[in-house]
Order: sequence, then C-alpha cells, then structure tokens
Amino acid sequence: MEGQDKATLVIGVIGADVHAVGNKILNYTFTKAGFNVINLGVMASQTEFVEAAVEADADAILVSSLYGHGEIDVKGLREKCDEAGLNNILLYVGGNIVVGKQDFNEVEKRFLAMGINRAYPPGTDPMLAIKHLEEDLKA
Amino acid sequence: MNIYLLTDFGSTYTKMMAVDVDKGEIIAFAKAFTTIETDVTEGYNNALAGIKAQLGDFVPAASLACSSAAGGLKIVSSGLVPDLTAKASRLAAASAGGKVVKTYSYELTEFEIEEIATIQPDIVLLSGGIDGGNKKVLLQNAETLTKTKGNFFVIVAGNRSAASEARKMLEAGGKRVVVCENVMPAFGKLNIDPTKAAIRDLFIENIVSAKGLDKVATMMDMEIIPTPLAVFEACELLSKGTACERGLGELMAYDLGGATSDVYSMADGLSKSGAFISGIQEPFAKRTVEGDIGMRYSLHALYDLICEEGGLGDFDPAEVGLWLDTCKGSPDVLPQGEYEKFAQIDAALAAWAIRLSATRHAGQVERIFTPQGEVFSQTGKDLTRVEYIIGSGGAVINAPDPLTILQEAAYSPRDLNALKPHKPKILLDKENALAAMGLLARRQPDIALKIMKTSFLEI
Repeated sequence: MEGQDKATLVIGVIGADVHAVGNKILNYTFTKAGFNVINLGVMASQTEFVEAAVEADADAILVSSLYGHGEIDVKGLREKCDEAGLNNILLYVGGNIVVGKQDFNEVEKRFLAMGINRAYPPGTDPMLAIKHLEEDLKA
Repeated sequence: MNIYLLTDFGSTYTKMMAVDVDKGEIIAFAKAFTTIETDVTEGYNNALAGIKAQLGDFVPAASLACSSAAGGLKIVSSGLVPDLTAKASRLAAASAGGKVVKTYSYELTEFEIEEIATIQPDIVLLSGGIDGGNKKVLLQNAETLTKTKGNFFVIVAGNRSAASEARKMLEAGGKRVVVCENVMPAFGKLNIDPTKAAIRDLFIENIVSAKGLDKVATMMDMEIIPTPLAVFEACELLSKGTACERGLGELMAYDLGGATSDVYSMADGLSKSGAFISGIQEPFAKRTVEGDIGMRYSLHALYDLICEEGGLGDFDPAEVGLWLDTCKGSPDVLPQGEYEKFAQIDAALAAWAIRLSATRHAGQVERIFTPQGEVFSQTGKDLTRVEYIIGSGGAVINAPDPLTILQEAAYSPRDLNALKPHKPKILLDKENALAAMGLLARRQPDIALKIMKTSFLEI
C-alpha cells in the first residue's frame, strides 16, 4: 500500500447511472480522511469495480447507486469478487438504492444476503461510512 | 549536392532511398536481398551499387538506417487485468516499434511459458499492479520467467513496490533485467514513455548486435532503430509539423505488410459526441500491430478471421485456397504475370485486412438507455474527425485500386460502433517512403515534412 498505513478504496456510481455530485463529495471526503481513493466516476460497471480493485489490491469497494436500480446492479458483485480472487474484500453500498418508500431494514437484509457488508439509506453522512471502514478494516 | 542515404533492412529486402536535402527531393531508390544469414553489409552494398548506378559515385552527407530484419524486435508483454495493465504493456511495446507477438494477463501458465520459449522473444515486458497495488502477480510471473528457456531481456515495469524484488529473482535466475517506471502508476493513468525508452536502449545497445547488424551499424551516422519506430516518428512529424511548417493535423496511417498490419493514429481520441469514457484514456500517438493480419506470412490467419465474418462472398473458395497456398509457398509472390488472375482476390483480402485492423485500432461506442434517457459510453479513441488516412505497404500501394482498399479504414454502417474516421481524405505513400522519412526526420525534420507533404498523393 502507498504509504503503508493508507487503506485503498475503489468508489464509483454503478450501472447506467449518471448522478455525479454525490460521487465527487465522497471522493473528496474519503481522500481528506486519509484513504487512498480510486474513483471510477459515474456509469461504472461491476467489471470495472472488480478490475480496479484487483490492480490496486484494494481493501474495500464502495458502490453508489442513486437511480433506484441498485439491487439489480449490485447482484452478483460478491461472486465476481470471489472469482477474481478478492476474497473477503469489504463491499459497501449506498444512495437511493431501491425504488419507492420501502422499509430500509428489509432492504438492508436483502443486500446483506447478497454478500454486501454494509448498506446505507438515503441521506447517510459519509462520516458514518468512514467510521465503519475504520472498524471493519481493523477486524 | 548533399545526399542522405536512408536504409530499411527488411526481412526480405534491404531498401535504400537517396534524398537530395538541398532540393528536398527523393532522387533514387534501390533494393537488394537482405543478407542477414551471412553478412548484412553484402545486401547493403548491393543496394548502394543500385543507387550509384543511377546517380554516379558520391559520398553521402549522412547514412541512416532502420531494421525489421531477423524477425524484427520481438516482444512478449504481460500485465494483470487484460483491459488495464496488460493493455498498457501492449501499448508501450507497440509504441516502441516492437512486434508484439503475445500479450498475457494474470499469472503466466505453464502452457504460456512454453509458448514464450517457442516465440523466442527479444524482450519480455513484465507489468502488473498499479503502484501500491497488487504485488503478487509481478513477483509470481518473475519467478515463473526464471524457469523459462530463452536468451531474452526482461523489462520490469509494474508495481514499483515489487520491482526490485522481481529484479533480484530474475537476476538470480540468470536473466538480464531492466527496471523502469510502472506502465500504469495510478488507476487508468498510462505512463508508457519510460518503457518505450528502455526498449529503445536495449535495441540499440544489445539487440542490434544479436541480430548481426553490428557491423553495418558502425557504418551509419546514427544508431539503427526499429523500422516501426521510424514510421511512428514520421507519422508524428506529419501530424504535428515543425516550428517552420504546419503538419496535417489529426491523421491515421496503415502499413500493411506480409507478416503484420500496423496501424498508427495521431489524434486526441476524445469523444466528439459527448460520450462517457470508460477504461483507460489512450495516448495521442498510438500504434497497434496485428500479428494475425498480414498479406503473406499471416494470410491464412487473416482468411480465418474473414471466414468468421462470412467469407469472401464474391470469389470461388477453391481459387482463394489456391492463392493462399501460393502465398504460403513463396511469400515473395506478387499477383502479376502468371498470377495476375489472383489480383482481385489479393485486393479483397487486403481490404479485409484494413477493415479488421481499423476496427481493432479504433475505439468503440455503445448506446445505453437509462432512466435519464439515452447515453453513450466510449472505450478507446474516437477517430471520427480524423482528416487524413495514409496508406503504405506493398499490398496497398501496388494494388490496381488502392482507394477501394483504403476506404475500409473509414467509418461504415457495417461496423456501426467502431469510431473510425467519417470523411477522411485518403493519401497514398506511393514511394513507400514512410520509414525513410522517419529516419530523415531525426536529422532534417523540415525536409522530411516537405517530402511527405508533396509525395503523398490524394486518391
């Protein structure tokens, strides 16, 4: 790792989603918090997330989805990571990850069942994800 | 009269061009068989005699040369992910003028190790992992390479945190190693110039003599460079121009040879239609070399590709087969004289060679429908606004109708998603002067530019 103690994160907005603002905020916040950030920007495919994490030997992949198709876009990502040798890499998902007003506890369950480590509802403070990263990476 | 002698040691012919630099004109051309097996100076002297027969005796102001003899500069490149560091390593090797025979990704397998031993490359380029990223693949491949038979050089251009350990392993295994900066130091960021320089230095200092060119190298006024590098530099000059004279702007060039098809683009490649770019951003000056697309040694491989796309519809397959076998038996054959009846077939094959290598070189665009409407996603270079296409190489310039062949380099609805030039002007390098002009460009760029601008004719 660059500077040895810096953890490497791959971030981006998955699928055919072009919402760019939140992605820029996350890039800024995570970098400021001392992470080594690889930002794929908008319209990133699962393959791009996986390939970037392989080359960078990343510690975590943080997927944003703002247009309601998060569930279908993220499905299979854990399996792809396993296939690429990224065993036990941390996977976080956040944004407007499902359509409509659904009970987030149910939504979270569905994402955890897909092998995602943490799922966040709309309006989550990035600082919470940073806190979780610090905990999870120590574990 | 100041005469520059520009020599291209090819695999079959040693081609020599004499340029009067005071007038800025090509004044003579001669060729002789390359005599790499015995003494390459024989072929050189025979070609020189051919020039002197036309011009009388003279002492050249300078003699410059490039070479693709003895198999060219054979490179095998490798990286981690196919679309990332493996692609970057291939781009670096191709831009240095290498004949990139194979590009591997992930850990090298036993089968691939045997393949490398059979290829007998001059250089193996090892990359993989961005700086601070994956180390495992570079170290693993370095270890595997130490067990690979062959007298090749290894250039290590991967994750810098693993580079010195990789070097130690390779040196302990008896390999000669050069370490340089990572071809992809950060995600998606290309850094191919250091590798390009390392390849050039190895070629000049070691490979030239290994190929039996050292004696003739001492007769030259400049180091011998790989022929594709000379072509690359000619294209760059023609595009960018000099301080005194404008270049042509964005252009592409095709050099269709017997073994490979080389494509050059001098263009920024940014999207002209507002598409999102995915993958790595490719360089302004890009070369690709297709080892399975060529007009003689690789003709069977080319025909296999054509058959996958539906075949040469208008021609009798038996006749095509006959021509393929003729070319295999004697790679020097031309579709003339007793073989004239094959001229149409040869031209059709050449057109396919241009079409396929153009599609591989150009970027691709994909239309995606999203909840926010239609968007476009682009990988590689957008070449739609490129204004000039230059055709070079025997199969193109000697064809009865080169325009039909070279038009395959332009956009066509058949390859809907390939970002090829929409309305290019097509120029023909009738004198086959590209490589020679690349040599001249190193000493007399203004004159080389002037000659190219006057001798490449629009068709």
